Amino acid sequence: MDLSFDLLGNAIVSGILLGGFYAAVSIGVAISFGMLDIVNIAHPAFILLGSYIAYIANTWWGVDPILASVVALPAFYLLGVGIYSVYEVSFERRGDTSLRGLSFFFGLLFITEVTLVLVFGVDYRLVDAWYIGPSLHFGVIELPLRLLVPCVVSLIMLGVLQLFLSRSFLGRAVQAVAQDPQALRLMAANPTRIKRVAFGLSIATASIAGAVLIIIQPIEPSIGRDYIGRIFAIVVLGGLGSISGTLVAALTLGIAENLTATFYGPSWSPAVAFGILLLTLAVRPSGLFGRA
Amino acid sequence: MRNTSFIALLIAAAAATFAAMLWIGNPYVFFAGYVVLQYIVLATAWNILGGYTGYVNFGVAAFFACGAYSTVVLHKLWAPPLVVMILVGGAVSGLIGLGTGYLTLRLRGTFFGIATLAMSVVAQTLITNWPFVGGSRGAYIVRPAHALYLPLDYIQYLCLVMLTLSVIALATARAIEHSRLGVGFATIRDDEVAAEASGVPTLRLKLIATVLSGGFMGMAGAPLPYYVTYLDPASGFSLSYAVNTIAMPLIGGTSSWIGPLIGAVLLGTLQQVATVTISSALSLLIVGLMLVGFVVAAPNGIIGWFRPAVRTSMRRLRGSR
Repeated sequence: MDLSFDLLGNAIVSGILLGGFYAAVSIGVAISFGMLDIVNIAHPAFILLGSYIAYIANTWWGVDPILASVVALPAFYLLGVGIYSVYEVSFERRGDTSLRGLSFFFGLLFITEVTLVLVFGVDYRLVDAWYIGPSLHFGVIELPLRLLVPCVVSLIMLGVLQLFLSRSFLGRAVQAVAQDPQALRLMAANPTRIKRVAFGLSIATASIAGAVLIIIQPIEPSIGRDYIGRIFAIVVLGGLGSISGTLVAALTLGIAENLTATFYGPSWSPAVAFGILLLTLAVRPSGLFGRA
Repeated sequence: MRNTSFIALLIAAAAATFAAMLWIGNPYVFFAGYVVLQYIVLATAWNILGGYTGYVNFGVAAFFACGAYSTVVLHKLWAPPLVVMILVGGAVSGLIGLGTGYLTLRLRGTFFGIATLAMSVVAQTLITNWPFVGGSRGAYIVRPAHALYLPLDYIQYLCLVMLTLSVIALATARAIEHSRLGVGFATIRDDEVAAEASGVPTLRLKLIATVLSGGFMGMAGAPLPYYVTYLDPASGFSLSYAVNTIAMPLIGGTSSWIGPLIGAVLLGTLQQVATVTISSALSLLIVGLMLVGFVVAAPNGIIGWFRPAVRTSMRRLRGSR
């Protein structure tokens, strides 16, 4: 009994750490899907792109993966701006976002994945940093730095985004687009320009999310797919586009997955996200905190 | 053209195709032909939901693999004739479509797409954790040497079965287009809120489309274990099935049964050639690039090029809105 209590405590603590990381992975989709109504299912592929950039910087020049991802932020922002420009001209103006717009992102997901396979192969890759390996101990609770550092980095990123969205003029403009783009047009403001910036930001988060992903686990090009279910479960559960809701949902999923992995075996944990997603869609599609 | 004469024409075309394959005589023709035919069924099935009602199904691999795995289960239990396995595979995948559809089709269209994408991962998890069908190690299926009752090699027989399935799928798709059901589907695609307001039972129609579409995908997957003789979750649930199946109708054109057929024959053949001459990863990259290129630059697909009248009238309609 004593042992299982330790096990439970550790599972919950590392679930919370994992949840912080999930929040970083999901926040880009919370912005693009939740606020801008752009269903970017290719997001996990861009996260993996970020992981591989961190991998190159780390193995070739010995740069810290998180530092590398911060340096790569502008490039990811520009990538997002470019993708949104194509998306806006090809799908939003034609009014064909659901069938062809979705397929467009599905194609991007696949192209990115196959390109990564062609360049890096399907071997697992990992990075080297001082915080991979050691752990902090508090009694029976163990805090591996490999999970703690990504969690802290993720929380910082979420905090910065929250500040940007609630305090800056541009951030509030993004929230205005999220609430009612039609009304914004009537005010003679251009939602397209604002959406371009916001989508650029959402892709930029993939750079940092990618770096923390490769710190947490070794990666290969197809693992991005495992995150699609998780990301959308978190974003929908979090109420589509609220940053605090996304964080709470991410922590919930992290804990639920870790408990499942601890007590039923890790091969079942991918099913948890889908279960939560289906349950949310069936019972409460507006998410935990959304108004129905 | 009446449905009966269309079916007669389809059967004649299928018979001619099979005769030509027999005349060539090289077994590779049947191995390659099977894959192309399988994609005709998959693309047509996807288009019944995607093209006619406008709901994107990303879980093609799940429907397809569930059909394949129901064959593995039946084979281990008592190995009934292939026809029974195809029917069971279709029923299993149709039921999965019904369940997923019932839970998510009442919401905005994108949720259905996301749910199907995630469902692929979960179905794969379930199969991986099921030792009876081989788990992650996969299952071996011994292929009989000859077909029952027919003087054919088994691979020729499988090809014939898939040819029959594609005839059935194409005939069904065309029959839907020319029926009340097809008109109902089109109202959903064009404006679901207006359709619902005018009394179209949208949820029921969407469920019918999902079940038909999923069922055909399961049927296309059912003979797979006999074709590959070794099936593991990673290859059965491969994302390339989903990408190919979505790319084919979108490249061929989604508005009519002939679009998926053109797309499947074109892309399927191209891939068979590219896989042999270049590499399979590169040929998948080509499919991905073509998918993105077509949805961006040619939204009506290849059939859109030959129907300028339809296109301009559509544009006029959109412009007047």
